[in-house]
Amino acid sequence: MNIHITKFFYGDYGEIEGGAPAPVNNREWPLWEVFIRSKQGLDHKHVGSLHAADAAMAIENARDVYTRRMEGVSIWVVESKYIHASNPTEAGALYDPANDKIYRHPTFYQLPDELKYM
Amino acid sequence: MLLISVNLKAKIWVMDANKLAEQFQQKIDADIKIEPQDWMPDEYRKTLIRQISQHAHSEIVGMLPEGNWITRAPSLRRKAILLAKVQDEAGHGLYLYSATETLGITRDEMYYQLHSGKAKYSSIFNYPTLTWADMGAIGWLVDGAAIMNQVPLSRCSYGPYARAMVRICKEESFHQRQGFEILLTLSKGNAAQRKMCQDAINRWWWPSLMMFGPTDNDSPHTAQSMKWKIKRFTNDELRQKFVDVCAEQVKFLGMTLPDKDLKWNEERKHYDFGPINWEEFWNVVKGNGPCNKERLATRVQAWEDGAWVREAALAYEEKKSARKYAFQNTAKSTENAPALQ
Repeated sequence: MNIHITKFFYGDYGEIEGGAPAPVNNREWPLWEVFIRSKQGLDHKHVGSLHAADAAMAIENARDVYTRRMEGVSIWVVESKYIHASNPTEAGALYDPANDKIYRHPTFYQLPDELKYM
Repeated sequence: MLLISVNLKAKIWVMDANKLAEQFQQKIDADIKIEPQDWMPDEYRKTLIRQISQHAHSEIVGMLPEGNWITRAPSLRRKAILLAKVQDEAGHGLYLYSATETLGITRDEMYYQLHSGKAKYSSIFNYPTLTWADMGAIGWLVDGAAIMNQVPLSRCSYGPYARAMVRICKEESFHQRQGFEILLTLSKGNAAQRKMCQDAINRWWWPSLMMFGPTDNDSPHTAQSMKWKIKRFTNDELRQKFVDVCAEQVKFLGMTLPDKDLKWNEERKHYDFGPINWEEFWNVVKGNGPCNKERLATRVQAWEDGAWVREAALAYEEKKSARKYAFQNTAKSTENAPALQ
């Protein structure tokens, strides 16, 4: 099986056409993905993206855009171009190895009901 | 299956387009969300780009009528609230722009479409805000109508749009409540204040009803959008719901809605209401509303005045990166390199 890694990221401008031809601007601030830890003990979770000139600005903007109501205690930002993603068109093949292994789940095993604490 | 597409980055298996379209519709029917990297029909993508970007533009332009009253809010409390509300609108615009970008259009392209007048935004924001009571009427009616539209959109088939709408709906509730509170306060005030309250309701009522868009017969996109679950209810269904709710709420204010035909219909279990002036609606959409030119000019000026800031921030970042790169190279070339951090 071949797995093709496509550089497809959230907010990919890609080769997909859309909208009107606008003057090309090579000076647009880069796109950043924002991850917020809502409280101590929980994972950072992707909340959206924004544009910023650098990481410090991305964090400040993320604070203003995504945590106006105390939604977070910690912010991660990463430039979108550094995110690699699996390709949904290959999901079947990619997850195939796990697909037929129901014995990885505890409910697969038939044990007497009387058996306690297991 | 056949391999028909080789893009520059990698080979992707592409199935027959009809088959893909069929699978796509099956996913929609099964209420499985569509995510940015999934295959989608071009028309679905185009419809979403149009709808979400215009929604984003509306949030951004929507800051202007209210921004008009920040410096003249009657108390510090009201001023802080209005500031927070306008800041929320900016945030909503940004959530929506970033959702649109997942469909393959750049932020700058969208700005270009707005600034060049190619893209539309909600025509409600082309009406002027003449008195403080307008802040109340906008919160109650305009944000109320927006919520009516947005709640079903948070179940829209496109994941990033639906997620943005969930966040937006949570925040809109405060907008509507603060608006109603402004009107409630005015309605308990002196004769002049009550008059101001009624006047604002009179001016904002019909434009708010128009916010739901043309009637179903004249709304070409509705049927397809419903099939794709971009829209969940038709324009007329949502408008009726809004009228029913407002006709009851206005009683708390001791005010009236400016429609002599407004009457409870026991048979339909809905309020009947008078005809909407669609000529006015289309006129404003076409750019001839009271404030179209002013709103767009303000946006364009803000964008142009900010050009040097955007450029300077980028230049600063480039300078920092260049320095860091030079430093790293120096560090590598010496034995006792200081720890980088």
